[in-house]
Amino acid sequence: MTAKLRIDDVQKSFGGKHDRKVVLDHVSLEVGEHEVVCLIGASGSGKSTLLRCINLLEPIDDGAIFLDGVDISEPGLDADPIRRRIGMVFQSYNLFPHMSVLENITLAPTKVLHHDKAEAREAALELLSRFSLADKAAAYPDQLSGGQQQRVAIVRALAMKPELMLLDEVTAALDPVLVGEVLNVIRDMRNEGMTMVLATHEMGFAREISDQVCFLKDGVVLESAPPDQLFTAPAHAETAEFLERVIASGRL
Amino acid sequence: MTEHDEGADNVSAPSRVPGQLTRREQWLRRRRRRSATVALASTALTFGIVIAVVTGSSGWPKVKALFFDPARFKDDFPELLGYLWVDVKLFLQCAPLIIIWGMVIALCRNTRNPVLFPLRVFAAVYTDFFRGVPVILTIYLIGFGIPKLKLIEGDVHFLGFGGAWNSPYLWGPIALVLAYSAYVAEVFRAGIESVHESQRAGARSLGLSQTQTLRHVVLPQAVRRVIPPLMNDFLSLQKDVALLSILGIVEVFRRATSIKDKTFNFTPLVAAAVIFLVLTIPETRLVDWYTNRQRKRTSGTVIT
Ligand SMILES: Nc1ncnc2c1ncn2[C@@H]1O[C@H](COP(=O)(O)OP(=O)(O)O)[C@@H](O)[C@H]1O
Ligand SMILES: [Mg+2]
Repeated sequence: MTAKLRIDDVQKSFGGKHDRKVVLDHVSLEVGEHEVVCLIGASGSGKSTLLRCINLLEPIDDGAIFLDGVDISEPGLDADPIRRRIGMVFQSYNLFPHMSVLENITLAPTKVLHHDKAEAREAALELLSRFSLADKAAAYPDQLSGGQQQRVAIVRALAMKPELMLLDEVTAALDPVLVGEVLNVIRDMRNEGMTMVLATHEMGFAREISDQVCFLKDGVVLESAPPDQLFTAPAHAETAEFLERVIASGRL
Repeated sequence: MTEHDEGADNVSAPSRVPGQLTRREQWLRRRRRRSATVALASTALTFGIVIAVVTGSSGWPKVKALFFDPARFKDDFPELLGYLWVDVKLFLQCAPLIIIWGMVIALCRNTRNPVLFPLRVFAAVYTDFFRGVPVILTIYLIGFGIPKLKLIEGDVHFLGFGGAWNSPYLWGPIALVLAYSAYVAEVFRAGIESVHESQRAGARSLGLSQTQTLRHVVLPQAVRRVIPPLMNDFLSLQKDVALLSILGIVEVFRRATSIKDKTFNFTPLVAAAVIFLVLTIPETRLVDWYTNRQRKRTSGTVIT
C-alpha cells in the first residue's frame, strides 16, 4: 500500500542568489493513512515551511511530494483541486474577520465544492455543535476567545472533508487554559481516523497522539521515530538536548 | 486556603439598591456632565472671540453689506436651492462610474499575471497622469477638446448623460470621472494591499482560486477598510462638481456668480456655500455612523 503522503528529498530555500537560505534540506517523510505525525523542533527549524510546501502554498526547489502516490509538486500543476483535499490550520487562525463563523465555514463548501447553501449550512451547524460551538454560529471571529477561534478554524478546514489535515502550532497563540480545548478537538479527529501532520511545541501531547515524531533542526530531519522511542531514547545527542531544553521550560 | 483568602471573601461588594445609581454610574454621570459643561463653555468662548474680532474690525460694516446682506440672502437662497438638484444629479451620475472605473484601475495595478503586465503599466501611468494634472485642467481639456474632434455628429445617450455629442453635460462628467477614478483607484489599491497575506493563505488553503479569494476574502475587507477615506474623496467630488460650471453647466455656483455679476453683491456666493454645507454635512455624519456601526458589529468591545 502506498503512503497517504510521501515527501521525497524535498529542498526549499528562500532569498536571492547572494543571500540564499536553505530552509528544508533533503527532507523525506512518509505518512500512512490514518497516521498522525508530529513535527517538533526549535523555532525557525522549518516546520511551518514544510507544512506550507505540502499544501502547495510554497513551491519547492527540488524533490517531490506525493499524495496517494500522485506527484502533487509537479511544476505547472493546478494547485486548487489538491488544496481542496488537504485541510490546513494556522497558528494565527486566519479566520475571515468580515464573515460570521457560519459564513467562514460555508464559504469554501459553497464556492469551491458548489454545495447547496442550505446543505452547507446544515453540515456546518452539525460540525459546530460537535465541537460545542453551536451558539457561536452567528458570532464574528473578533467576538470569540482564541480557543474558540482556533476551533472554528479547525471546523472550517473539516467542512471541506479533507483527506489530510496539516496543523501548524495551532495552540501556540493560546493561553494554557485554552490549549486543552483545542487539543481535545485534535484527539477527536485522531480517533475518527484523520490523517494528520502537525507542528507542535506541546511535547506531552505529541507523545500521546502521534504514531511518529520528526525532529527538525535547521531544515534537516535529524530523527524520525515512534514517540516512545524518540522521547525516551533519542538516537541523536541534539534531539536529547532539544528535549532537555523543552523539559526545562516546563512543556513536557 | 489561607486566612487572607477568607478575609477577601468577606468583603462584599456594595449591594445594589434598585432605582439607585451605583458608585460607578454616579461617577460616570458626574464625569459626563462635567465634560459637557466644559465643552459648551470652551465653544462659546471661542466663537465669542472670533465674532468679536471679525465684527470689531474696521472693514466689517463694508464686508457685512457686501457678503452678508440678509435681504439678498433671503431672495437668493431659495433660487439657488432650485439649482441644487443639478449638482446632486451630476454627483449621482459620476459617483457610481468612479467607483467602477476606480476599482478596475486598482485591480489592473494589482494583477500578478505576467500576461496582464501591460495593464499594470497602463494603470500606473493612468493614476500618475490624472493625479498629477489639476482637475480643472482635465475638465477644460476634455470638456472643450474632445467635442472639437467631431468624432460623432449628432446625439449620443449614455446612462442619463447626454444629448448632443459636444454637450458639456456629457464631457464634463466624463472628465470628472477620469480624474477622480485615479484617486479612488489608489485608495482601493491601498485597501487591497492592507489585507494581510495570511488571509490569502487561509482562503487558498481551502481550495479557493485566486479570483475567488480576491472576490470573497480580499475585496470585502479592503472595501470596508477604505470606506472612510473613500467618502472623503466623494465629499470633495460633491464640491468639485461646481468646477463643471466652466464648461457652461448652470448649477449652484454658476448661478450664484451670475447673480453676483448682476448685483455686485457677494451674498449669493455665501448662500451657495451654505447650500454646499447643507449637502455635505449629512454625508460626513453618514460616514461616521457607518464606520461606528461596522466596528461594533464585527468586534467584541469598542474602545472609546
Ligand atoms: N517567506 C519567507 N521568506 C524568507 N524566509 C522565510 C520565509 N518563510 C520562512 N522563512 C525562514 O525559514 C526558516 C524556517 O521558518 P519556519 O518554517 O517558519 O520555521 P518554524 O515554523 O519551524 O518556526 C526561518 O529561518 C525563516 O526565517
Ligand atoms: Mg512555525
